[in-house]
Amino acid sequence: MSMVDGPTPLHTAKADQAAEDRGAVGTPPGSSAAARRSGWFGGLGEKWQALPRQKQWLFLILVVILAYLLPIINPPLISTEPGNDFPLACQTMAVWALVAVGLNIVIGYAGLLDLGYIAFFAVGSYVTAMLTSPDSTFLKIPYLWTIPVAMAVTMFFGVLLGVPTLRLRGDYLAIVTLGFGEIVRILATIIPALKGQVGFQNIGHPPGTDASGIPIFSNSNGTPWYWLTLTILIIVLLLAGNLERSRVGRNWIAIREDEDAAETMGVPTFKYKVWAFAIGAGVGGLSGALMSGQVGFVSNAKFDVVTSILFVAAVVLGGAGNKVGAILGGALVAYIPLRFTSIAEYKYLIFGLVLVVVMIYRSHGLLAARQQLLAYGQKAYAAVKASSDAKAAKAKTGPGKEAAS
Amino acid sequence: MTESTEETGRHAGIPGVDADVAEAAAAERDIAVKVGDDLIEVKNLTVKFGGLLALDNVSFTIKRGEILGLIGPNGAGKTTCFNAMTGVYKPTSGQVLLEGRVLNGLKQHKITRAGLARTFQNIRLFGEMTALENVVVGLDARHKTSVVGALLRLPRHVREEKSSIERGMALLEFVGIADQAATLSRHLPYGSQRRLEIARALATDPKVLCLDEPAAGFNPAEKEELMQLIRTVRDDGYTVLLIEHDMKLVMGVTDRIVVLEFGKKIADDVPSVIREDPKVVSAYLGEPEDDFA
Ligand SMILES: Nc1ncnc2c1ncn2[C@@H]1O[C@H](COP(=O)(O)OP(=O)(O)O)[C@@H](O)[C@H]1O
Ligand SMILES: [Mg+2]
Repeated sequence: MSMVDGPTPLHTAKADQAAEDRGAVGTPPGSSAAARRSGWFGGLGEKWQALPRQKQWLFLILVVILAYLLPIINPPLISTEPGNDFPLACQTMAVWALVAVGLNIVIGYAGLLDLGYIAFFAVGSYVTAMLTSPDSTFLKIPYLWTIPVAMAVTMFFGVLLGVPTLRLRGDYLAIVTLGFGEIVRILATIIPALKGQVGFQNIGHPPGTDASGIPIFSNSNGTPWYWLTLTILIIVLLLAGNLERSRVGRNWIAIREDEDAAETMGVPTFKYKVWAFAIGAGVGGLSGALMSGQVGFVSNAKFDVVTSILFVAAVVLGGAGNKVGAILGGALVAYIPLRFTSIAEYKYLIFGLVLVVVMIYRSHGLLAARQQLLAYGQKAYAAVKASSDAKAAKAKTGPGKEAAS
Repeated sequence: MTESTEETGRHAGIPGVDADVAEAAAAERDIAVKVGDDLIEVKNLTVKFGGLLALDNVSFTIKRGEILGLIGPNGAGKTTCFNAMTGVYKPTSGQVLLEGRVLNGLKQHKITRAGLARTFQNIRLFGEMTALENVVVGLDARHKTSVVGALLRLPRHVREEKSSIERGMALLEFVGIADQAATLSRHLPYGSQRRLEIARALATDPKVLCLDEPAAGFNPAEKEELMQLIRTVRDDGYTVLLIEHDMKLVMGVTDRIVVLEFGKKIADDVPSVIREDPKVVSAYLGEPEDDFA
């Protein structure tokens, strides 16, 4: 452990900040609170917070309706056609957004750099494949039932991987998770029951057929799949929001900010890191189950480490710690190669460059609005603001007025 | 109109004991405990770093309700002593007991929950959290909401979230920074950061509050204000272990003082005796008068 009180190099930035602040005792409260929340989207988060509750809801409902209509509207310019079917592209984007939201819990909240998240995606895909594909010798269950099973199994794997490795920190953890990502792919190759490159075909899908007897959730029909994924994404977002504004979210952020100090403040850091891993894994497995259902085919070829790194890139690009940013990052990383097919070949080069640029000019990602960590914090903050405003007003009117009133 | 004036008036009060504020900050606690039995026993504590004997067979007790000063020149082993007590370092030998219960070998967060809270000499707040959120992390040490409870917003979660806003604001008010509740802690001015550290530690509802040079970097007036706050903390029924480098300052606020030099305890007595102790005087000889350590 390294809780030395001497000059630790890691904390020099903080020390600088402290030294800087020593001169700034006189700054009015709240003036700098939002300093980091602005950026490319100029204080978007702040403007959002300032809106009345009803307007926020109205706006959200509009966004959700638009999101559901997206594959039907198929807006020109934005559309990925003719190169790629747009509803299918929407489905891919939604799955990537879901992946990013899940990985954001691990990286963005708890600050655990997991480079092998693809492993959980793979486990989820394989669970669904093996429980529904005729190629598998396992017992078969309806597709929709495989979704909770896939989540449970991947959460179990998350704990299995987390318990031995989460005692490691920083770079060490990153390297071990990178290894885990590879191990799952290699296991899929060498274990006969997982069928390596041959893979599993005709993976199940939700029930229902249209008038002509074709399944509604067919591989080539993106819209229903997109709606299913989008609905699940919204539910996951709401639940993640609940976690954020609770003891759980605060403990995660505390661990990310300063693990030793968190432990000293009574946070069982190890337990909460394992929780972050398990919950993140569960969402990864969920994404895998949705992806494999739509594609209808799973083999070891899809789960390479490079994709895993792209997952991380999506989170970092969007703004680690911000779930809306994660959605944006995930959707963008999926969208760009589908939309600009001519440059799809160079996607790693392009993402690499974009990441470098974003990290230089906007190190907190595209959307760095900070998460709310208190379920009932807004009222308290409003009261504080009101009281300091009142004080300021009183100071302006002068002390004589007070006696008069 | 008069009502609101009173409301805002309370925010202004810094450490001068405001009965309401003290009551709210220290709910469910008998205010003003008499100095009494041994609360903490440090027995033959030894910490070695390789060949360096940072703490050499140090023993002392902290009595319930007192402010115990732990002083000594730079590098004497004060912080090491704190770290060994709070479970950051595993002592080479020796024991730490809280109300007769051995703390050695417990995980750090368990030691905190057992009732030993601390601040850091080099401020270690959660920078991306607001002042209020920082304090609520401390309050969470006593909360029992599970992950499932938070996920589904079960009644316990709702109750704890509501009470933590109230208690958190009361604690911020207690240390005098309530008006900065919504500010990210890394943007707080230095003095407020030091006070927030104290509020966050108090939030864990400790039996003993360990302060590691809480006035480091303060000017004399700020130091005096802080000492006043520490007295108020004690008057609220907390026991305080105070590390302070500045001897003069510590004389005025402590009930008893333990002096360390090169990892050894060289004195343990009331301030008036410590002041005259030739060993202490010579230990501090050549030390700068007012050290901004
Ligand atoms: N983690 C560590 N590793 C090695 N030496 C340490 C460590 N922590 C403290 N020390 C050494 O132990 C001695 C006591 O340090 P410390 O307890 O920080 O002193 P104080 O707080 O009284 O100024 C110093 O010589 C310091 O260099
Ligand atoms: Mg020290």
